[in-house]
Amino acid sequence: MTEILRLLAKDCALTHAQIAAMLGVTTGEVAAAVRDYEDKGVILGYKAVVDWEKIGIETVTALIDVKTTPQRGEGFDRVAERIYQYDEVESLYLMSGGYDLSVLITGRTMKEVALFVAEKLAPLEAVTGTATHFLLKKYKERGAVFADREEQQERMKLL
Amino acid sequence: MNGFQWKMGDRALALKPSGIRKFFDILESMPEAISLGIGEPDFVTPWPVRDMGIYSLEKGFTKYTPNAGLSELRTEVARYMRRHYGLSYDAQRQTVVTVGGSEGIDLMMRAVLDPDDEVLIPQPSFVCYGPIATLVGARPVYIETTAENDFRLTAAQLRGAITPKTRLLVLPFPNNPTGAIMEWADLEAIAEVLRETKIMVLSDEIYAELTYGTRHVSLAQIPGMYERTVVINGLSKSHAMTGWRMGYACGPDEVIQTMVKIHQYAIMSAPTTSQYAAVEALRNGDESIMAMREEYDTRRRFVIDRLRGMGLPCFEPLGAFYVFPDIRGTGLTSDAFCERLLREKKVATVPGEAFGDSGSGFVRCCYATSMRQLAEALDRIESFLENINK
Repeated sequence: MTEILRLLAKDCALTHAQIAAMLGVTTGEVAAAVRDYEDKGVILGYKAVVDWEKIGIETVTALIDVKTTPQRGEGFDRVAERIYQYDEVESLYLMSGGYDLSVLITGRTMKEVALFVAEKLAPLEAVTGTATHFLLKKYKERGAVFADREEQQERMKLL
Repeated sequence: MNGFQWKMGDRALALKPSGIRKFFDILESMPEAISLGIGEPDFVTPWPVRDMGIYSLEKGFTKYTPNAGLSELRTEVARYMRRHYGLSYDAQRQTVVTVGGSEGIDLMMRAVLDPDDEVLIPQPSFVCYGPIATLVGARPVYIETTAENDFRLTAAQLRGAITPKTRLLVLPFPNNPTGAIMEWADLEAIAEVLRETKIMVLSDEIYAELTYGTRHVSLAQIPGMYERTVVINGLSKSHAMTGWRMGYACGPDEVIQTMVKIHQYAIMSAPTTSQYAAVEALRNGDESIMAMREEYDTRRRFVIDRLRGMGLPCFEPLGAFYVFPDIRGTGLTSDAFCERLLREKKVATVPGEAFGDSGSGFVRCCYATSMRQLAEALDRIESFLENINK
């Protein structure tokens, strides 16, 4: 039933009945499999990709490179946990390369984001340095393109 | 105006105008309609292919190509035919690049037919075979495939249609509009009949990449058939490249060279930009084909399931991207069904008789459109059926 995951990962608005028809199984089987995936934490959430700007809502997103001191016996996990507990943190990744953690946060204003870095992130004991990069424009997110797609206007409609 | 009188050629005059003309006009006035009436992928051509077309323009590759097509492209065509269907063609002598599969059909008929020759055409099928044969002066002879046989051509039907004048058999599978396919055993039975004759075959395999649960078999793969078959194919359906007009034909040296001769007078060469893009598509596009096929397959199952759930009998189409439900139970003709569905629910479909008499009572729905649109269209069809039954 991993096919179900493939379909939902692409479009989580599909109903169980639609998925069932697409895969040739019953709606009940889909519902049971989805519940099982949710229970086991395979499916972690269902979220829409929203272009807030289009309805006039301003948001500020920043990617913050964080350097840390790994801790004995826990590596980066302990400091990572202390960071992802904040609701402002949308994504958190451990990185290879010049820094350790990459934090993606969204706030209402640049000041709000800056304050979060200054007051919450930087003071953490294991954090030895941060570099904040503000997003200027979103082109594509999780497979969704933000620009309006232009359709070819003149085309055959029936053949 | 000084009253000049045009005189149209008899053969052109005799061509029937398209039976679905009126639907165009209704659709024009209905921008919000959902069209399941267009036989074309909803995908945009994969980006690497588009990019290669753009790159060729940047480099200034805007001249004619050799008549038969870029040799690089023909090499890729030959490799593709071997890789996908196990068929060996010499790139330089046995392939020609055409303006869509349609031109290949036209070339092949013009290359082999004489006036009064009979051309066997299974129907329902795409609308071009009869008119092209007619323009050459040949006589189309239609063989009506039936729902009972899953719209496959049977050996008995073929045998019954052959006369001393039969010169060419058109084999349009996977089939537009029914979605029917011919599997190895079906083709073997056809081959058995053909072997006793001198009939040549035009095998239109434009939907070859779109079969579900089973691999496409080309008639040319059946022992003894390669020598008498021209395979028509192209990138329109497989690589979502309809607007690029990229087709090709493969077959024995003699017929392909005759086709090239006609092509060089009538067309010169296929569009250069499209040919460069096609090289990339054939060389590196197999994964895109697979991804699109999987997507069509999920939609296919969804549509069949919904239509059957509404009580419309619907044989399982294993190819192309069409379903062909039987609407006779509604008491409407397919023409009336399609017109009312369009006017009342704003969903465009095509009546089966547009593709031949045996299509009457059926409706072609193309599922090459987004799941969202399909779900909405099917809801509308369901409510349409409820209204009829009241």
